[in-house]
Amino acid sequence: MGLGDTFDRLRRPFEGPNTLGNSRAFWVGFLVVLAGLVGYPIGFGSYAASSAALYLLYAILALSLTVIWGYTGILSFGQVVFFGVAGYSFALISMNLESALATTLALPVAVGLATLAALVLGYFMFYGEVRDVYVTILTLVVALVLNTFMAQTAGSEWTVGSVALGGFNGIPAIPSLTFGVGEAAVTLDGSAFYWFTLAALVASYLGLRALVNGRFGYTMVATREDEDRTEMLGYDVRRVKLLVFALGGALAGLSGVLYATWGNYISPSVFGITFASIPVVWVAVGGRRSLLGAIVATVVIEWFRQQLSATGSQYALIIVGVVLLAAILFVPEGVVPRLDAALTDVRDRFATNADTPEGTPE
Amino acid sequence: MNALNLVFQFADNFAFVVLAAVGLAVIFGMMGVINLGHGEFIMIGAYGTTLSANAGAPLPVAMAVGVLVTAVMGFVLERTIIHRLYDRLFDSMVATWALGLILTQGMRILFGNSIPQVSTPLGNIAYGEFSYSTYRVLLLPVALLVLGGLYVVFTRTEFGIRARATIQDPDTARALGVDTDRMYTATFVIGSALAGLTGALYAPTLTVVPGMGSSFLVEAFVAVVVGGPSVLLGTTLSGGLLGTIDAVFTNLFGTFYGQIAMLLTAIVVIRVLSNGLTGLVESVRNRVEGE
Repeated sequence: MGLGDTFDRLRRPFEGPNTLGNSRAFWVGFLVVLAGLVGYPIGFGSYAASSAALYLLYAILALSLTVIWGYTGILSFGQVVFFGVAGYSFALISMNLESALATTLALPVAVGLATLAALVLGYFMFYGEVRDVYVTILTLVVALVLNTFMAQTAGSEWTVGSVALGGFNGIPAIPSLTFGVGEAAVTLDGSAFYWFTLAALVASYLGLRALVNGRFGYTMVATREDEDRTEMLGYDVRRVKLLVFALGGALAGLSGVLYATWGNYISPSVFGITFASIPVVWVAVGGRRSLLGAIVATVVIEWFRQQLSATGSQYALIIVGVVLLAAILFVPEGVVPRLDAALTDVRDRFATNADTPEGTPE
Repeated sequence: MNALNLVFQFADNFAFVVLAAVGLAVIFGMMGVINLGHGEFIMIGAYGTTLSANAGAPLPVAMAVGVLVTAVMGFVLERTIIHRLYDRLFDSMVATWALGLILTQGMRILFGNSIPQVSTPLGNIAYGEFSYSTYRVLLLPVALLVLGGLYVVFTRTEFGIRARATIQDPDTARALGVDTDRMYTATFVIGSALAGLTGALYAPTLTVVPGMGSSFLVEAFVAVVVGGPSVLLGTTLSGGLLGTIDAVFTNLFGTFYGQIAMLLTAIVVIRVLSNGLTGLVESVRNRVEGE
C-alpha cells in the first residue's frame, strides 16, 4: 500500500497530457524493459553491447528532434549540425591536449559548443522572425555547407593545433570517453560505454518527460499549436523557441560526442544529406509527438538498417524511404501513438465487457 | 581583363541560380509546397538526357526526352502522393524528401554509380588568356528565356489566370468553375518539367551521378528563401544578387567561399527582410503609391 503510494508520487512529475504512458502499468513495464537493457551486456557480452550502444546514442539525437519538432513545431534538418560540431570539438580538444583531464572536460565543453552553435543559429532565425519552412531550409543549408567545408579540409593547411581535419577521411583515433585525472582516470568502452549511454538516454527521456509535462512544456505545445495566439497571451514565443532549440542543440551535441567516442572516428558524412535526413525518419515514423515513439523507432530502424547493410543490400535506403513515405501517408501521427491508441481501445472494450452485467438490456 | 572574367562568372552563376531554383520556386510560390526532392527531379532530367543521348539521340532531342520524363514523373507523383499533402506543410516536405531518397538510390541500383557522360557541345570562346565554354555562356539567355516564358504563361494566358486564382483563393476559384485540382496538378507538372529542364541543360556540363541533385540544393533553397513569395520577380532578383555575390567570392577565394557567402546572405536577408526581396519591393511600391 505504502509502496504503491510512493510509486505513484514518484511518477507524478513525469506524467501529463503531453506524453504517452501515464499509468502504473506503463511504469512497471518501463522498469522491466530498463532492467532488461541494463542486463543486456551481461547476457550477450561486451561486443554486442558496444554495437547496441550506437542505437542508444542515436536515440538521444532523435529525442533532440522530437522536442524541437514534435513539441514546439520547428522542423529542423540541422540536428546533425550540432551533433557534428560537438563530435569534431571533442576530437580536437581531447587530441590536442592528450590528457585524461582534458578528455574528461572535452565532453561538457563540446556539448557547450554545440549549444552555443544552436543559440547563435536560433537567435538569427527566431529573432529574425524566420518561420516554418524557412527554418527547415536554413538548417538544411547550414548542414550542407558544413559538409562541403569539412570535405575540403584534406590539405595540410587544415590542422587545428596538432590535429588534421582530414577532409573526406575525417579524424581517426579519437580517444574513448574518459573520466578522471591522470592515473585515476576511467576509460569507458564496451559494456561500460553501453551503460553510460543507456544512463544518458534514460536521463534525457525522463528529463524531457518532466519538461514537457511542466509549465514550460505547455508553453512549447501552445507555441506549436498557434504561435500568434500564444504571443497574444503574453508569452515570449521567440524566447521559447530559442531555448528549445538550444536544448535540442545540447542533446544533439551529447549524442555527437558519444558517437565520436563510440567509433573513435568522425567524418564530414555526419553533415551529409543522408545522415541529416535520418533523424527526421526516426521521429516521423515513431511519432513526432511522442518521446517514447522516437526512441523505439530509432532503435528498430537502425537495427534494421544494420541488418540490411550487413548483408550488403543496396535496398536499405529505398526501404527507409518507402517506410517514411508510408508513415506520412497512412500513419501521420506515428506508429507508437497508433499502437498506444489501439491498446487503449482494446483495454476499454474489455473493461466495458467486464463492467456490464450479463443479461442486462442495453 | 579581370572585369570581363567577372562578367562571365556572373553570367554563369546567374544562370545557375535561376535554373536551379525556378522549378522549386514555381511549386513553392504557387502551391506552398517545398519539394525537398527537387535536386533528384533535376537528376532525373539529367539522366533522361544523358541516357537518350548515349542511345544515339541528337542532344536537343535527348534534352526534350529528359524534360518529358521528369514531367511525367511529376504528374504521377502528384496524382498518387503529393495531392494528399497540400494542407500539411511539414508532411509534404518529409514525403518529398523520402521520394528523393528513393529516386537517388533507385537510380544507383538501376544504372550503377556512373554512366558514360555526354561531352559539352559548341566549343569555347577564347579571350586573351581566358577561355569559356560557349555552351555555358548560352545558358544565360536560356535562363532569361525561361523566366520570360513563365511570365507570359502566368500573366497572359487563360491557364495562368486560373492557376493564380486557385492560389489566391481556392474556394472562390472553385465556385467560379475553375477545376482547382487540375490547376494544382498542372502547376506541379510545370515545376517538375522545369527541374527536368535544368537537369537536361546541365547534363552535358556536369558529371551525371545519382547524388548530383544535392549540388543544386544549396543554390536553389537559398534563392527561394532570399526571393520571397513572389516567384518570378523573386527568382530573378535573388538570381541577380546571389549570382553577383557568388561570382565575387568564388573569384576571390574559391568555390566554397562562394557558397558560404550565399548562406550568409540568405541569413542576413531573412533577418532584415522577413518576406525576402520581393517583400521589400512590395513595401516600397506600397509606400510610393500611398504618397
